[in-house]
Amino acid sequence: MPPSSENTSTNSLLPVVDFLKIPEDGEPYLEGSRCAQCGATFLGERSACSSCGARDQLESIRLADQGELYVYSIVHRSFPGVEVPYVSAIVDLEGGGTVKGNLINVEPEPEQIKMGMPVELVFKKAPRKDAEGNEYLTYYFQPKS
Amino acid sequence: MSDVYVIGIDMIKFGRFPEITVPKLGATAANMALDDAGLTIQDMQALYSGNLGQAGAMVGQRVLAEIGQTGIPVVNCANACATGATAFREGWMAIKAGVYDMVLCVGTEQMGKGLLGGGGASKGIPTEGLLGSGTMPAVFAEAGMEHARQYGTSFEQFAKVSVKNHHHSTLNPKAMYQIETPLETVMGAEMIAYPNTKLMCSVNVDGAAAAVICSEEKARELGKMDRAVKVRASVMTSDPFQARNLSMPDVNTCTQLAAKQAYEMAGVGPDEIDLVELHDCFATAEILHYGNLGLGKPEDAGRMIDEGETALGGRVPVNVSGGLLSKGHPLGATGIANIYEVSTHLRGEAGKRQVEDARIGLTHVIGLGSACAIHILEKAQ
Repeated sequence: MPPSSENTSTNSLLPVVDFLKIPEDGEPYLEGSRCAQCGATFLGERSACSSCGARDQLESIRLADQGELYVYSIVHRSFPGVEVPYVSAIVDLEGGGTVKGNLINVEPEPEQIKMGMPVELVFKKAPRKDAEGNEYLTYYFQPKS
Repeated sequence: MSDVYVIGIDMIKFGRFPEITVPKLGATAANMALDDAGLTIQDMQALYSGNLGQAGAMVGQRVLAEIGQTGIPVVNCANACATGATAFREGWMAIKAGVYDMVLCVGTEQMGKGLLGGGGASKGIPTEGLLGSGTMPAVFAEAGMEHARQYGTSFEQFAKVSVKNHHHSTLNPKAMYQIETPLETVMGAEMIAYPNTKLMCSVNVDGAAAAVICSEEKARELGKMDRAVKVRASVMTSDPFQARNLSMPDVNTCTQLAAKQAYEMAGVGPDEIDLVELHDCFATAEILHYGNLGLGKPEDAGRMIDEGETALGGRVPVNVSGGLLSKGHPLGATGIANIYEVSTHLRGEAGKRQVEDARIGLTHVIGLGSACAIHILEKAQ
């Protein structure tokens, strides 16, 4: 199912993952952290660097909202209730950080998907609610316009 | 430090046995391995047990309850798909250290059907199909697409792995399936996660395998050297940091690292390996490991499968058992079942699928992207 195209105010939505940040004023973004000692980039917060082992050297950074499609799979079989087919994409963000997400606004056919193509992040209300009825903000990738 | 020898090893025919308990599956294999060695549980000084699905439930002790509670120490191991190999390696290490001179290693697993990985969320909403896929077919599809991106490997070449391994399994009565699957059947099967079709995914089966291993002195004292198999290398690695780790498990680096260490420990090169049982959890994975294990250059992997280099009768036969794709993949048993397969060839007892004049063989397993175990085995002199 395509994601909701409603541009709902994001303020009432919860983040789908901890590293998706929803500022009270401003656009949502993905947060990462960078090791001041070795430069490794991670998704979300982290207290030690798994690349070099440094402690207390990690700084919070705002990850880029565009990057390049590294690899993908077109998923035709998933768990009950999950709409298929969809494209599971691994994206290298500009300036560091690799994120997995659904690639939308592209035909789920190998001929239509080019590894290395530029993609951008889009944030939308998730088409799922939790058991308490809370709504969530999620991210997708789409070919860069 | 003594060299370590396999003197008894066997596996049950893999299949679906929902009516049999996990400990009973393990006990069956354990008794088969003891019989193969001509020994009894009273001769064993320790038990190393591998099982993932009931990792908190003392499977090793429950195996002993089925075959003889002799009071020996039991170590229960869980290490994803490297679980069986981990149990074997713990036994190997104890003998190397001189703590024991003869131990039993058992790997056992009972699997449900269906997809592994990509389960529900611990909080919030499930992210499967929302933030990409965490299912194993998709994860290994993405790993295969990395090879396709770098070297131009095609869907057809990945599919040929499955044609080959299913063909091999027609010669292995202990495999789950003995069915030929021509290329058009493999490529035309239900697409699970492109480029892996259903026939390019390993089979979830129940299974068990076990090995009796001992020191060289013990093997000679018991007069077991004629069918013994020497463990030339036993290596385990975890995954070194890679920038894409958090989004994409890296099955390559830990294998490359383990292979390098294993060849060094064994004092042999990849060109001296007569057969390989590697972790073909998905058809895409086998292609990656040709290069990772040094069986050829990474860029030649597609050509190797095209030209039959890794088929029975080829330059370096890979997965002549049928592999995880057709023999089946009971997670905790796989790492010992691979050692059974290679040992059987080294003993010259593999029947129709025998690799001629096999002298040295290699086994490889991967637990997700973060555990790799490799064993190099040699026919005892």
